[in-house]
Amino acid sequence: MIYIDRQLSGPYGRDRYRYTSGPFEENAAREFGYQGKATPRETYREGLKDLKGFDRLTPEEQDKKLQQIESSHFFALLRQNTIEGMFCDPMHGGNVDMLGWQLVGFPGPRMSNYDDFDKHYGEAFHPKPISLEQALGRRVRPSEDEDLK
Amino acid sequence: MKTLPSTDVVIIGGGWTGLLMAKELGARTSLSVVVLERGGPRTMQDYMAGMDELDYFVRMHMMQDPSQETVTLRHNANERALPIRQFGAFLPGSGVGGTGEHWGAVYPRLQPDCFEMYSKTVARYGAKKLPEEHSIQDWGVTYDEMEPYYTRSEQMAGVTGKAGNLRGKKIEGGNVFEGWRSAEYPNPPSKTPYFSSMFREAAKSLGYHPYPTPAAILSQTYTNPDGITRSACVFCGYCERNGCMIGAKAQPTNTLLPVVQRQKSVSLRSGCTVRRIVHDAAQANGKARGVNYIDASGEEVFQPADLVILSSYTLSNNRLLLLSGAGTPYDPATGKGTLGKNLTHQVSFPAATSFFEKPLNRFMGAGGIGVRMSDFDGDVFDHTNLPFLRGGVLNASMQGAQPISPFGVLPRSIKARWGSEWKKASLDYYDRTSSVSFGGEQIPYKGNYFDLDPTYKDHAGDPLLRLTQNWRDNERKMVEFMTVKAVEIARAMGAKEINPYPGYGDYDVTRYQSTHIQGGTMMAASPDRGVVNTHLQHWQIPNLFVLGASTFPNSGSANPTPTILALTYRTADILIDRYLKKPGMLA
Repeated sequence: MIYIDRQLSGPYGRDRYRYTSGPFEENAAREFGYQGKATPRETYREGLKDLKGFDRLTPEEQDKKLQQIESSHFFALLRQNTIEGMFCDPMHGGNVDMLGWQLVGFPGPRMSNYDDFDKHYGEAFHPKPISLEQALGRRVRPSEDEDLK
Repeated sequence: MKTLPSTDVVIIGGGWTGLLMAKELGARTSLSVVVLERGGPRTMQDYMAGMDELDYFVRMHMMQDPSQETVTLRHNANERALPIRQFGAFLPGSGVGGTGEHWGAVYPRLQPDCFEMYSKTVARYGAKKLPEEHSIQDWGVTYDEMEPYYTRSEQMAGVTGKAGNLRGKKIEGGNVFEGWRSAEYPNPPSKTPYFSSMFREAAKSLGYHPYPTPAAILSQTYTNPDGITRSACVFCGYCERNGCMIGAKAQPTNTLLPVVQRQKSVSLRSGCTVRRIVHDAAQANGKARGVNYIDASGEEVFQPADLVILSSYTLSNNRLLLLSGAGTPYDPATGKGTLGKNLTHQVSFPAATSFFEKPLNRFMGAGGIGVRMSDFDGDVFDHTNLPFLRGGVLNASMQGAQPISPFGVLPRSIKARWGSEWKKASLDYYDRTSSVSFGGEQIPYKGNYFDLDPTYKDHAGDPLLRLTQNWRDNERKMVEFMTVKAVEIARAMGAKEINPYPGYGDYDVTRYQSTHIQGGTMMAASPDRGVVNTHLQHWQIPNLFVLGASTFPNSGSANPTPTILALTYRTADILIDRYLKKPGMLA
């Protein structure tokens, strides 16, 4: 949740990375990607109205509610951003204690895999993860804290 | 508008081709050279700090900023094109080094018959075999002419691989279907990861000829003929969509820029976006006079020059010529005009997504590293009884996977797309999933082309480039055929479950294919058939040369950069040895 809040309040949330001139074709074929006008922030704001009281529902009721919206653009964003928050570098506010990385055996920005690349055939080789800050010994400013370009 | 002091040469675009031309001119002439790059500078330190999947792989920090300028696309000339609001199918770069910074560095040469696709196809099968609506034509240069330039480019980039055809002698373990080479690769193949080794054994067991994927990624410390030393790849996995943190992947900034920076006659200006090539081609003996560009401070200036080299990405090469009125726009209704014609984008897809019992440790890897086979490439196999022409390469590469993008790829037997069952399965399959992939040729068609969009504009108010592009039966049938072959191989690799690729419908701007858009400013032996001649000199403006994959009349299955660089070396020789001695239209 911290991850998604930070993304939505930053450049991603206000559509900094998308071509946003009209005309918009809300009903474009799937092959053209999302062609609507709403920014991610607006899409969440609108979509969350539908989910009012969601936290008070039983798990079964929650599933049913999500089934009703699973083909919406809002749900696609929510699903994608949730995966991002699960597996991003911790500097973005998700993947707390690198638990997401440990679940899939991803070691983060490991500086060399030279000795291991052609070994461990058929065996899991999943070194303990390190974050980018640990790897570099300094903090990096993530995109949500600044305009990239 | 302010006019700057004149320069001998202005080069538009500071990527592979622009910096290679600058390097050659800087080393071999005394001309003053200005390179204009629209993006910012890039350093190895930036790339180390860029080992972050979210900002680089997902938010695409290194790519062209679509909020400022994108392209539009439609499937045929009767549709209204829509803007590509976020790049997906292809990812043009921005910044010094351009797309050559974030590439995967796969480094194959074109099949020799790609340069003569029309005449070779007609000779073998007759003209009737050519698909309806094709616009295939020979390049006007042949593989034999290109060979020495390919070799030079491989030595510059330090390509790793194993030759399969040394001066006509076939060598087991290399690509026995490749064109002849005058020299072995400058560096031996890289180490082979588990997944790729399974592919190699399976392909061999089926009677195919697998070989290590040639890549401009070093397998050992290497010093190139320009004296540039780079170190071996450590398979960190932050490769494609990233720049290399140690310089093992050949990039313009680690291979060409250090040479160019030592050359006093060459200056590189970043943050400079060229809006027009200024010319008077409508007059007798018309020439390019220079370029108008917006500099880093936002001011529009005129840079006069005696020689203009257009060396940006395919999309910008086409757009800038169209915006500048340099060439006759192609009209598919009449067949007249050449500028914008023969747009191709390689066929590229995960043919057999395979789920294994054992883990693949797939966080380790590098862009082009792996094993591939060319048994179904080009016209290597007989198409007499097949419903399509041409082909491509099946491969098993280990690029280095980071978890956000591949998470949730599951066997078709699992229907859930979210929820606890989906989550459990996604974690369970995560490190046991990879694809036997295919990369092949799209034939050029009369109906696939570039022009300017009538509706959508960039941030400066200029029209966006419009792509009219779709697949035809030839591609769809090829995809079906290759999917069957890939599934056979995946089965022989011991995959427990396999998702065969569902097939090609309409061109999809959201699914990444490759950044291999080609054509539009194609070369040809006569002015009615191309925008540039076989020296890559503009047919109507003799002091304008165009470099890059925009000059390809057709796609090969091979990644375009090796051919782009070989052609650039060739044009540099022609410019220096012939044009500069007697400027004018080259015979």
